[in-house]
Amino acid sequence: MTRALSGDAPTLPQEVQRTLHAHPAISPTLILVAAWITFTVINPRFLQPGALSLLVQQTAIVAILAVGQTLILLTAGIDLSVGAVCVLAAMVMAKITSEQGVPGVLAILIGIAVAMAAGLLNGILVTRLKLPPFIVTLGTLSIFTAIALLYSKGATIESGVLPGELNSTGHTWSVGAFRITAGVLLVLLVYVVVGVALRKTAWGRHVYAVGDDAQAAGLAGVRVGRVLLSVYVVAGVIYGIGAWVMIGRVGGASPNAVVDANLESITAVVIGGTSLFGGRGGLLGTLLGALIVQSFSVGLALAGVDGQFRLLAVGILVILAVSVDQWIRQVKA
Amino acid sequence: MTAASDPGVTAQNDAPEPATGVVLRAEGLTKKFGQVVGLAGVDLHVGAGEVLGVIGDNGAGKSTLINCLTGALTPDSGQLYLDGEPVVFRRPQDAREAGIETVYQTLGVAPALDIASNLFLGREIRRGGVAGQLFRFLDQRAMQQKAEVFLKQLGILTIQNMKQSVETLSGGQRQAIAVARAAAFGSKVVVLDEPTAALGVKESNLVLDMVRQLRDRGLGIVLVSHNMPNVWAVSDRIHVQRLGTCAAVLRPQTHTMSEGVAIMTGAAVV
Ligand SMILES: Nc1ncnc2c1ncn2[C@@H]1O[C@H](COP(=O)(O)OP(=O)(O)O)[C@@H](O)[C@H]1O
Ligand SMILES: [Mg+2]
Repeated sequence: MTRALSGDAPTLPQEVQRTLHAHPAISPTLILVAAWITFTVINPRFLQPGALSLLVQQTAIVAILAVGQTLILLTAGIDLSVGAVCVLAAMVMAKITSEQGVPGVLAILIGIAVAMAAGLLNGILVTRLKLPPFIVTLGTLSIFTAIALLYSKGATIESGVLPGELNSTGHTWSVGAFRITAGVLLVLLVYVVVGVALRKTAWGRHVYAVGDDAQAAGLAGVRVGRVLLSVYVVAGVIYGIGAWVMIGRVGGASPNAVVDANLESITAVVIGGTSLFGGRGGLLGTLLGALIVQSFSVGLALAGVDGQFRLLAVGILVILAVSVDQWIRQVKA
Repeated sequence: MTAASDPGVTAQNDAPEPATGVVLRAEGLTKKFGQVVGLAGVDLHVGAGEVLGVIGDNGAGKSTLINCLTGALTPDSGQLYLDGEPVVFRRPQDAREAGIETVYQTLGVAPALDIASNLFLGREIRRGGVAGQLFRFLDQRAMQQKAEVFLKQLGILTIQNMKQSVETLSGGQRQAIAVARAAAFGSKVVVLDEPTAALGVKESNLVLDMVRQLRDRGLGIVLVSHNMPNVWAVSDRIHVQRLGTCAAVLRPQTHTMSEGVAIMTGAAVV
């Protein structure tokens, strides 16, 4: 029985397409390396420990929110409520400690629980009412933002009135000339845990399968609704942890913080090679994507370029990344 | 095809019996969708090591029949027997657990997942201990090794890399993966709904070869198809579905394709 794959040698573009298809983290890696080389040539301060440490700290918030966003994009969904959920959780953590005197650790857990409930609401609306994730999270973006503003009366809570536990994510250690914060380590831990879950567990396999082809997954015996719901809940928990990271990084809780987080998290995920159509991509790419976005901010600033050019550059990158994804998806046998 | 050497039964009526023991039997299946009659009392049986072809015009009730056999639909009345025991399937999972696997026409596989993941989708092999039980950690090596064994058994070993994503395969190879999955887990019956509809001649033959292998392994096969040459090539008996009922059961040796089509369209009666 001769059942060989068609024998023609692939052309170079086909070879590239196949390689990128098999290893989606290659393109963001190349972009990051190219960006770092370019920015360092323009301004050697870019790669110095001080600037690099700052770059990593500045990336932390978007990077952790992008973990939840990655999970949801993998299921062919999208979450526009990330920033709102994060802010709501942060306001709850800060307010119940500073005003009701709830102990710090408990306040963090309650804040994470609120974010989890917000994710659960998104998930129920998506799985039970079968509404498109875009519409659901567009609605809950407004709802959670409104609740956060009403609850906090629009006031920022400074780190001075918060207990040590809430600020602890801002704690800094020096490693040689580098400075690393507890928040950054926490973000990396989240990447490792969720990354392992995605790659090594049945749950992770099902997340990909549901995003790839929900109907096929269902017929194969995957409980599609449950998997989707779990993804939104886990994303909520991650946004809650992100709120804690944000309080340490920003030095307090502000209802107006992370306004750009929705688009920035989606940008990071897409530049990182995760497909908007679901089923393809992963967290390594997302981490690289978040670093790329922040590198453009820092690098262009160090190059003395107007901040608007950063937006321009990121915009071009997003369109490039999606085009590459479209091309990769057409890979044939 | 041992059944052909059993002329006594064939001569008796137009519903010949399988040569071996009946593995799946349906009696008096009915299914209505509101006012629309999907099935109006259908009997069917398939023996171990037998291929039962199912043909019929659009709307004749083939898919409804298949869905009732595989738990995707619950019939309004009628009874299924598996190995002689009455069974009721409320969900596809029930039928699957009873040893009946289904290959769906288009929705078989998740394209971006690799071959091994697709073969084990929904019933992954997990590691032992807490890691497997509680955290559902996969035993990826075991899945890949078993996947290789499955494909080797079915003669589709040219797919060398079990980590290759299914979308990089040809249509026939993808369908082969879907059939391999059914073969790997189906212990009694494999039901295929239009498995060759989207395939070229060569690829169709690949799938038909696999069907024959499953038959030789002693599974009961129900093959729904519009492709008459394919049906006549592999079937031991052919169930002709028409207007929600079974119009006839034929043998490829006793009826030509055009006679079959005539019965199917109502141009001829048995
Ligand atoms: N889910 C459904 N709702 C309403 N009518 C249906 C449904 N499924 C099938 N039918 C009707 O039942 C009849 C048999 O359909 P089907 O089993 O799909 O036929 P076939 O597969 O032979 O083309 C048709 O008249 C069809 O319109
Ligand atoms: Mg049909």
